[in-house]
Amino acid sequence: MKRIEAVIKPFKLEDVKDALTEAGITGMTVSDVKGYGRQQGHSELYRGAEYVVDFLPKIKLDLVVSEEDVDKTVEIIANAAKTGKIGDGKIFVSPIERIVRIRTGEEDEEAI
Amino acid sequence: MEAQTAYVIDTFFALFAFVLIIFMVPGFAMLEAGLVRTKNVTAVLMMNTMIYAIASMAFLLVGYSIAFGSFGSDSMSQWAAFLFQMAFVGKVINIMSGGVSERAKIIPLTIFAVVMSAVIYPLVVNVSWGSDILADTFLDLSMYDLAGSTVIHSTGGWALLAAILIIGARKGRYPKNGGVRVIPASNIPLVTLGGFLLWIGWFGFNGGSVGSIASKENADAVALTILNTNTAGLAGAIVSGILMYITYKKLDITMVLNGALGGLVAITAGPDLYNIYQPILIGGIGGALVVFAVPMFDKLKLDDPVGALSVHLVNGIWGTLAVGIFASSPSDGITFTGQLKGVVVVAVFAFISSYIVLFTINKLIPLKVTNDEELEGLDVNECGVEAYPEFKRAF
Repeated sequence: MKRIEAVIKPFKLEDVKDALTEAGITGMTVSDVKGYGRQQGHSELYRGAEYVVDFLPKIKLDLVVSEEDVDKTVEIIANAAKTGKIGDGKIFVSPIERIVRIRTGEEDEEAI
Repeated sequence: MEAQTAYVIDTFFALFAFVLIIFMVPGFAMLEAGLVRTKNVTAVLMMNTMIYAIASMAFLLVGYSIAFGSFGSDSMSQWAAFLFQMAFVGKVINIMSGGVSERAKIIPLTIFAVVMSAVIYPLVVNVSWGSDILADTFLDLSMYDLAGSTVIHSTGGWALLAAILIIGARKGRYPKNGGVRVIPASNIPLVTLGGFLLWIGWFGFNGGSVGSIASKENADAVALTILNTNTAGLAGAIVSGILMYITYKKLDITMVLNGALGGLVAITAGPDLYNIYQPILIGGIGGALVVFAVPMFDKLKLDDPVGALSVHLVNGIWGTLAVGIFASSPSDGITFTGQLKGVVVVAVFAFISSYIVLFTINKLIPLKVTNDEELEGLDVNECGVEAYPEFKRAF
């Protein structure tokens, strides 16, 4: 079981969700986040004074998949979220120790 | 026209103008609520509400008598004449309170509002429009100021300058290592709504100040006044927009609306005196002054979140002098030096009296909230009510 976290551009969320659903990967948690990487911030202007917005709005996807789906999922997200311009985001993969589905009490692979 | 008909029409006209001016209460409230951060919105709205209630009440009980001696009018119902004058008083205080938003405590500022609406503003009205205690002294004013470029806008502006000098800037606005930390507006749609409500209110503010509409001459004067008022607002918006684009390659709506309001303040001293094209120049210069004044006040570290100094003080002075430049008429007693004298006398009185009163209040009840209260926001600390409790707090 692996957890896949992907930080993507907000307007790419629909594309990523549709591509994952099409591939049979369902269920995810989405949150509004702010951050920057190499892209860094951008400057805005207010009443004649310039200021830098360091943290740009991004969307973070959280999903957990079984081992055999990991590579496929990562590839789908990377393709769907890609614009080729700076600021497309990153994907992080990490192991998961245990999962419990609250309603039924199912655990681990059954609970994905 | 039959005298009684004229009386009824002028009463109706004054009441109509009164209602239009009261639209400026939500106008100021929305403009300010949009320009401050979400953590200070309720406090700003509370201040606006208190000002309307308390300043109007103080004017009813004390201020009106100081300004005009007593109730009474031959040309319209005396109650309509009172209501029309009462509509202005809150505006003077609003100009002052908006500029110290996000760090001034409500209660001491409300105490100042009482003094300002009961004594300071009525004295300015007394020597400009009212029973004139300065008559036959060397200070007697000949200034022409139809609807109050000086009497209302500059008076409020000078009080604001005194308040900013005493209260100081918002925390972190001018960092120690120099420059200006930008604190962006929280709600641009509210700023736009407020700006246009003020603009609409201005038609009553200036149109009603002609005083009578019940004859052909007066009807023409009222219509010309409203036309010229509107034109100055248009020119202020256009010129400030063009200047913003030339200077920064961006079109900042908050500056364009401030530019429109600057044009409206500039025309307020003499909209009935100009032809229909002069207001383009007067309002346009008003808009340009706002674009240059906003960064200038920041250089001076005078923190004014809503641009009230630039809109009301700077353009109140410009508008009053503009009468002397474009409509000078020595046979009617309108001269540039007379206008300048009015600006200076009101400036000295309004600034010094406001400074003394604010200084005294500040010794008794500090006007500024504590650092912690300012960081957490005035809404929670002063009002206990957050404006947007279901949204994430913006820091």
